[in-house]
Amino acid sequence: MSLTDSDAKIDAREPATSLAAVETPFSRFVADYFESRIATGALAVLVLIICLALLAPLLAPQNPYNLAEVDVLDSRLPPASVGMAGYTYWLGTDGAGRDLLSAILYGLRISLLVGVASCLIATIIGAVIGLTAAYAGGRVENLLMRLVDLQLSLPAILIALILIAMLGKGVDKVIIALVTVQWAYYARTVRGTALAELNKEYVEAARCLGFSHTRIVFKQILPNCLPPLIVVATIQAAHAIALEATLSFLGVGLPRTEPSLGLLISNGFEYMLSGKYWISFIPGVVLLITIMAINLVGDQLRDVLNPRLKR
Amino acid sequence: MTAYLLRRLMQTAVVVMVMSVIVFFGVHVIGDPVWLLVNPQMDQRDIEAAVRALGLDRPIWEQYVYFVRGALQGDLGRSFIFGEPALTVIVQRMPATLELAVAALVMAIVIGIPLGLYAGLKPQHALSKIIMAGSIVGFSLPTFWVGLMLIMVFAVMLGWLPSTGRGPTATYFGITSSAFTLEGLRYLFLPALNLALLKISLVIRLTRAGARESLQQDYIKFARAKGLTHGRIVRVHLLKNILIPVVTVLGLEFGNLIAFSVVTETIFAWPGMGKLLIGAIQTLDRPVIVAHLIIIVLLFVVINLVVDVLYTVLDPRVRVGRQTA
Amino acid sequence: MTAEAATAKQPTLEVVDLKTHFFTKGGVVKAVDGVSFSIAPGEVLGLVGESGCGKSMTGFSIIGLIDPPGRIVSGAVRFKGRDLAGLAEEELRMLRGNRISMIFQDPMMTLNPVLRIDTQMIETIQAHRDCSRSVALGLARNGLVQMGISSPERRLRCYPHELSGGMRQRVAIAIAFVNEPDLVIADEPTTALDVTIQAQILHEAQQLCRTKGTAMIWITHDLAVVSSLADRVAVMYAGTLVEQGNARDLIRAPLHPYTKGLLGSVPSANRPGERLTQIPGMTPSLLDPKPGCRFRMRCARAAPECNTSPVISMPVPQREVRCWRPLSADQLV
Repeated sequence: MSLTDSDAKIDAREPATSLAAVETPFSRFVADYFESRIATGALAVLVLIICLALLAPLLAPQNPYNLAEVDVLDSRLPPASVGMAGYTYWLGTDGAGRDLLSAILYGLRISLLVGVASCLIATIIGAVIGLTAAYAGGRVENLLMRLVDLQLSLPAILIALILIAMLGKGVDKVIIALVTVQWAYYARTVRGTALAELNKEYVEAARCLGFSHTRIVFKQILPNCLPPLIVVATIQAAHAIALEATLSFLGVGLPRTEPSLGLLISNGFEYMLSGKYWISFIPGVVLLITIMAINLVGDQLRDVLNPRLKR
Repeated sequence: MTAYLLRRLMQTAVVVMVMSVIVFFGVHVIGDPVWLLVNPQMDQRDIEAAVRALGLDRPIWEQYVYFVRGALQGDLGRSFIFGEPALTVIVQRMPATLELAVAALVMAIVIGIPLGLYAGLKPQHALSKIIMAGSIVGFSLPTFWVGLMLIMVFAVMLGWLPSTGRGPTATYFGITSSAFTLEGLRYLFLPALNLALLKISLVIRLTRAGARESLQQDYIKFARAKGLTHGRIVRVHLLKNILIPVVTVLGLEFGNLIAFSVVTETIFAWPGMGKLLIGAIQTLDRPVIVAHLIIIVLLFVVINLVVDVLYTVLDPRVRVGRQTA
Repeated sequence: MTAEAATAKQPTLEVVDLKTHFFTKGGVVKAVDGVSFSIAPGEVLGLVGESGCGKSMTGFSIIGLIDPPGRIVSGAVRFKGRDLAGLAEEELRMLRGNRISMIFQDPMMTLNPVLRIDTQMIETIQAHRDCSRSVALGLARNGLVQMGISSPERRLRCYPHELSGGMRQRVAIAIAFVNEPDLVIADEPTTALDVTIQAQILHEAQQLCRTKGTAMIWITHDLAVVSSLADRVAVMYAGTLVEQGNARDLIRAPLHPYTKGLLGSVPSANRPGERLTQIPGMTPSLLDPKPGCRFRMRCARAAPECNTSPVISMPVPQREVRCWRPLSADQLV
């Protein structure tokens, strides 16, 4: 429990009479972030995962989707077993004889790509809508916010299923579904922050100086909206990846030609009951670590950027 | 209070209307409306006859009116696969889904609130850190994967619990549920746990955040200055303030639970609405899809309304029309 | 006045060289650094000072509500002879709300917004004595009546947000007095209210003290309040007591330069048209304070000897001053 009395706080924060090294907000943010060892670890893991995913074609010992490289007689081998060609499958093989390590690397790549792409698109759309709503005000804002509320009151998976039911399957349809599910969070966040910023005096000053609307919005308001936006984006990225995996698992997500981790897990489902757990288990662990790393980073970002939490 | 309720009911009706318009026009605009009502497997001549009979060559708003009229009478189309009215097919499976969702909700409350409270009251304790770490893991775990793992561990390896299906049911107070039989509970446990996992993490984090924020408030300090026991402060002062946001979120999440049961039902072969929907999407049984969506939306708005009313009951500051100064 | 008789009896509260420090990441904040005073039964002590001087912290230290990273580092807080500073939490709990109670500044935040008034009053009573709910309800009702609240039965069934600010504070005071404590610590209870209500509440609180023989510490930054209410006044600055004595005498003829500055800056003390006197400079930080008199940077009478911490002296009977160069007693404000 901490104090609510302001006395001690005011005095403890009075600056020393001599100026120490000048601290920019950014360097303070970085220092605050790395205060948590867990968050630092999570960030490291995340960077590692991204590197692995980007470099998958170079790192994977086998291209699992090149039929020439796959030997079906090697199928369903447990981890660390040696295959027909004397090649060690470190993580085992799946039902079709594909090296699980390679499959996971490629799957990771696709999962991340789809998740991040949808997140970015949704961020842009949501930010634009949120800024418009805040800046325009009046009926425009009302209409847009009603839309946002409607969107947010429905569960993500339902919306995704509806869209895919209507649009059909395919990578682009999945991305559209993911974007549709996410944009409302960004719109709401940005609108809230933008509204608060609009009331501040520097905006009024800018108007008095005759700055154009676009300039005010993009150069002054938007930068201040970025911190909460980043936090929301991080957490939503994790959701998007999880949602895509779920959809793929259910068979309504990415097509078989672009197998994400969800599909890999789904493929292994049938082998579960016969004890060949690794086909589903290991991709699942990789997915879990990815999502957890993103969540931990997002958590720390939120704590660091939140002025209301007394630390 | 009644004025408030009436207003909310009107809003609810509006939302359902809007949603029905969106669903209806959505399906019509995106796909060929014919296939909504007519089985594409039929013969070409039969298709044309059906088109005329169903008025599909009429302008679209007429079709919508026709649809609404049918809907209000309970006719939401006929399933291609089952050959029965879509509404019947869905309603048959609703109890199973509701049972699962309620069980998951109960688990979330019973497990989540005490754990979250502990983590909020004693944040430095080792157990609290484990709880918080656990909640992050629980939050990040993809539900479907957890389901698989649960089956693997408890059904395949340990053999304690059955892996799929729903157990026998019993009826008490007019409610038929498998939770009323011991055998049924065995079947219910894993799916409910699977569904509840995300919510447990959510409740833990919410309760903990609420506890931390409330502890810093002056009224807690005042309660201590009054010499109240720690137990009373937590039970009465703290809990009531925390419960308000927790209940609100949980109430809204109940709708999410029902929607998300899709995944759990698929894995555990639980005969509910969710599994039906997935099957319908995969087999393009469009009447079922449309009917399912409408019902879910209806459920949603009703739940929202109930939560709103519950909120006014819990938080006296929100109650309208009882001012005495 | 019971003052003469009271000095013969044991004082209700005796604070001896109290030090409460906060061990923060930025350093040690010495919020209360050597404060000593005593209060007799039925006496009202006004604890005066500007924001951040440590007066609230003194109040919290007495009632034992200092939370980490702060704690009482040294000194004694003797309540009717018993030292509270070393007591176990459960023993302190039994005293709080019962023999020692506290009133906070903002009644909206101190009353739990989701509980009714009667609940919050009854629980205070039932926490300290074994009685039925109906008996407790009757006591609560009487408490409200004593605070001049009309239709008490109706008010009891209200929620805090349904009452006005003044009413809420009256309820808080009623709660503080309901178990007939020996000492009440009031931390700026009227600051959040407007002036007319302030006057009423001051009067009611004073009445309660006189009739029940309760000692009271009234913490405030407002000298006008102190002058009409208190029997004695203690002035705090930057964590230390700089002057204390009989209220009327102290206000008429302050001996510490800071007290004089404080009194001089009150608008009513000046003749219209004259400039308001200000004390130049700012309050020093309580973080790792330097040795010496804390006021010397702003004092017009500072001299080289002020670089060592002054000790308490009594240049005039019944008055304590912490200053090497106090004003003389005949220098009127």
